[in-house]
Amino acid sequence: MSAYDKLIFELSVPGRVGYSLPEADVPETDAARLLPAAHLRVRPAALPEVSEFDVVRHYTRLSRMNYGVDTHFYPLGSCTMKYNPKLNEDMARLPGFARLHPLTPDDATQGALQLMVTLADQLAEIVGMDAVSLQPAAGAQGELVGVLMIRAYHLDREGSPRKNVLVPDSAHGTNPASTAIAGYQTTQLKSDANGEVDLLDLERNLDEDVAAFMITVPNTLGLFESKILEITEMCHAKGTQVYMDGANLNALLGITRPGDLGVDVVHMNLHKTFTTPHGGGGPGAGPVGVKAHLTPFLPVPVPTLEGDRYRIDWKRPKSIGKLQAFWGNFGMLARAYTYVRTMGPHGLRAVSDNAILNANYIKARLQADYDLPYLGHCMHEVVFSARRQKRLGVAATDIAKRLLDLGFYAPSIYFPLIVEEALMIEPTETESKETIDEFCNAMVQIAREAETARETVLAAPVTTPVRRLDQTLAARQPNLRWTRGPSPVPSRPSTASPGRSVAS
Amino acid sequence: MQESGTMHYLPNTAAQRAEMLRTIGVSDAEALIERIPAKARLGRDLDILPALAEAELVAHIRGLAERNAHAADYACFLGGGAYDHYVPSVINHLLLRSEFFTAYTPYQPEASQGTLRSIYEYQTMICELTGMDVSNASIYDGGSALAEAALMAHGVTEREQIVVSRAVSPLARQVVATYCAGPRLPIKSVPWVDGVTDLDALRKAVSDKTAAVMVQYPNFFGCLEDLDAAAAVARERGALFVVAVDPIALAVLRPPGEAGADIVVGEGQGLGNHLAFGGPYLGFFSCGKELIRRMPGRLVGATVDRDGQRGFVLTLQTREQHIRREKATSNICTNVALVALAATIYLALMGKEGLRKVATLSTAKAHYAAEALGRVPGVSRRFDAPFFKEFVLRLPKPPDRLLRALRKRKILGGIALGQFDRNLRDCLLVAVTEARTRTEIDAYAEALAGVVG
Repeated sequence: MSAYDKLIFELSVPGRVGYSLPEADVPETDAARLLPAAHLRVRPAALPEVSEFDVVRHYTRLSRMNYGVDTHFYPLGSCTMKYNPKLNEDMARLPGFARLHPLTPDDATQGALQLMVTLADQLAEIVGMDAVSLQPAAGAQGELVGVLMIRAYHLDREGSPRKNVLVPDSAHGTNPASTAIAGYQTTQLKSDANGEVDLLDLERNLDEDVAAFMITVPNTLGLFESKILEITEMCHAKGTQVYMDGANLNALLGITRPGDLGVDVVHMNLHKTFTTPHGGGGPGAGPVGVKAHLTPFLPVPVPTLEGDRYRIDWKRPKSIGKLQAFWGNFGMLARAYTYVRTMGPHGLRAVSDNAILNANYIKARLQADYDLPYLGHCMHEVVFSARRQKRLGVAATDIAKRLLDLGFYAPSIYFPLIVEEALMIEPTETESKETIDEFCNAMVQIAREAETARETVLAAPVTTPVRRLDQTLAARQPNLRWTRGPSPVPSRPSTASPGRSVAS
Repeated sequence: MQESGTMHYLPNTAAQRAEMLRTIGVSDAEALIERIPAKARLGRDLDILPALAEAELVAHIRGLAERNAHAADYACFLGGGAYDHYVPSVINHLLLRSEFFTAYTPYQPEASQGTLRSIYEYQTMICELTGMDVSNASIYDGGSALAEAALMAHGVTEREQIVVSRAVSPLARQVVATYCAGPRLPIKSVPWVDGVTDLDALRKAVSDKTAAVMVQYPNFFGCLEDLDAAAAVARERGALFVVAVDPIALAVLRPPGEAGADIVVGEGQGLGNHLAFGGPYLGFFSCGKELIRRMPGRLVGATVDRDGQRGFVLTLQTREQHIRREKATSNICTNVALVALAATIYLALMGKEGLRKVATLSTAKAHYAAEALGRVPGVSRRFDAPFFKEFVLRLPKPPDRLLRALRKRKILGGIALGQFDRNLRDCLLVAVTEARTRTEIDAYAEALAGVVG
């Protein structure tokens, strides 16, 4: 496929403009007279010179080089790529929200604060916690908030933050990374033969130096941790706090609640479970729910209702502080609020029921053709291994690339790390049986091709704007910005190395 | 099981669900969740607000939105890190291309070239504005970008102390403090004098234990810092020099890269993004190429495909959490790609000349406003230092009451600084962008004269 290959800089023509700005209406407009010479820029920033229509056509063309949820089934495991309702977009764009300055006094932001306080209440009930902070900008920042609150809690009670945090080997990479930033050592726990936390290994590692145990429920294998009540009890016996990574909350709505499982802190990804769009890599939002004993440590400020007035509460002496300059990704909160009010209690329960049904249906349809490392019913996602195909010379990444040609985005691959050649598939509840059947047919077709037409799979993708890309070259000779002149990229044909993709 | 009105996002019919259960080989959906212990089940409906039909919900949410005093209805002179610059219509139209906004992080680059190309363009534009070699794909906001800079400086220098000017946004400084709590990095605050960082105090604060020296340009009060002098202090002691900037100002102000900055970060909201009550915003992060492998966040690089054709990928991922886990340079995963796309489109529309015009108009109108408001009896500028688009006024009456009175005249007059610094409780921070008009400024001056008089 011959594809559009321009960058905006390459469309630039000196003297062309794409802006419409008012004429100056004040007398002095010479920057050189208003600002001291030593502060003035000499060489203008080399931004492109293009017309408005150049911009519109260029970015419209770029958009067509992407697969999105609206255009393609996007079974990216652990990322919950569900339909992003159009109504959410309209509501977030209402001028009373979109044009509202964050430092407007509280008495002039009552509607926005009401939305935040109500959303926090709704989310607290959904996860069974006593309070929710809406400030974290994404799941990873929610994790950092959670671990910092646990740190502050131990410091407050014991005079020491404790030393270690336990993380299962199936955990998202953000868990150990967030733990390290919060100043803790990470100890990795093994999974047992059923893919769940190994209770013996937990017991061996659990002592009074352990600040927290971070657990993902359902775990990244898509399995509910059936011994969760024992796990939280074991942790609490040692004074260890239980942090739940709520990336997989889409499996649990109205069925069970982290708070009822004994979890002390949980984060939610509004861009997964609560339909705010993923935006090509954000913005997201990662609210954090806590039990009552952790509420003194919540990030400041906390929007609250006092009598009939909403206000932003800064007076929280034990707070861990701030994570963003302002109050959180309000635009995402407005979308999530719209969604929660669209669905109501029965709608949310139906979300999880259908997400679980769709994942188990895929599991049933594909288990003859792909290896299933862990048996039993899954929750909202299913993890297969392509080890059988790998022996035939077709790796998980090849299957992913072939799916692109067959009209689907790829599952998460090579994650979780404990599954060889992992294919992590999350259909979500917003996909129909027909779409899922088409996807399963494609997967079965690829399994057949691995046996009889390997070259077709290894050649993929051939229908995308570019074919397999040389990751090694990109890393060895980093080219991270455009420069004028001949193409900065060596235009030699090369053998692509397999790209690795992992879950968020 | 579900009432009508909540099912429009859920396509499977009862008949289809039954058929799927048969394929799975179970008699009912309950069997699929048998691993969840009975004791752990909720066993009742969630006690949340009932579902609303679309028209009801729109009416309800419109009601909430209308209870806010916003910049479409008021003349907005609020700044402090969030600005009412004009957002061209084109941006929203392009952001609503759902191939952009319903995609995720480009794990499969062949099916994500649109996002990857736009990020590569974004990285280039940020480098152009800041005068630095490399930019990452974005961080959550300006506050967390500054905090990540502190952690990175600690990693690079293996030193612990972070020196921060008190003329840096107090909100961003709180974020730095939160991020520094885990690794226990001590923070030393340096006072300001006449609205700019006290360079003598800075010299005394910086030592060979200092990892980073952090200033803001223009600073929280809108004043222009002497970057060369601050950079020299940092360099002399081997600390990294970190500058938080307003990217619009950099269209006319000398880029910090030319003053010897090691890391330049900032809040990019003003580049084509609405105020949105504080987020989502755009943290940008740029540095010298010698520091690339210590950078936090995603990076997009150019490469070639199998046929030798140019293409783009996420690169240098061995810095990142999904590969390095606890040894990663940062925990960031989801960032703010769509906000960065808005900034990219904005910078493309404005271009070389347009962005200079936005900056020049902003500073011109701000200077006009400073003079007009400063002429009101009893009102004066608090600092004499040169400023860009924001300035501090000293008022004869408590700012809160004045602001309320101004609001009655549809003016959001500024930010009362007493909430950040008790020594400034009679002061107001006023921001003026190109979107304000001389008529609005004159009306503000007249109203202010009326309420202080």
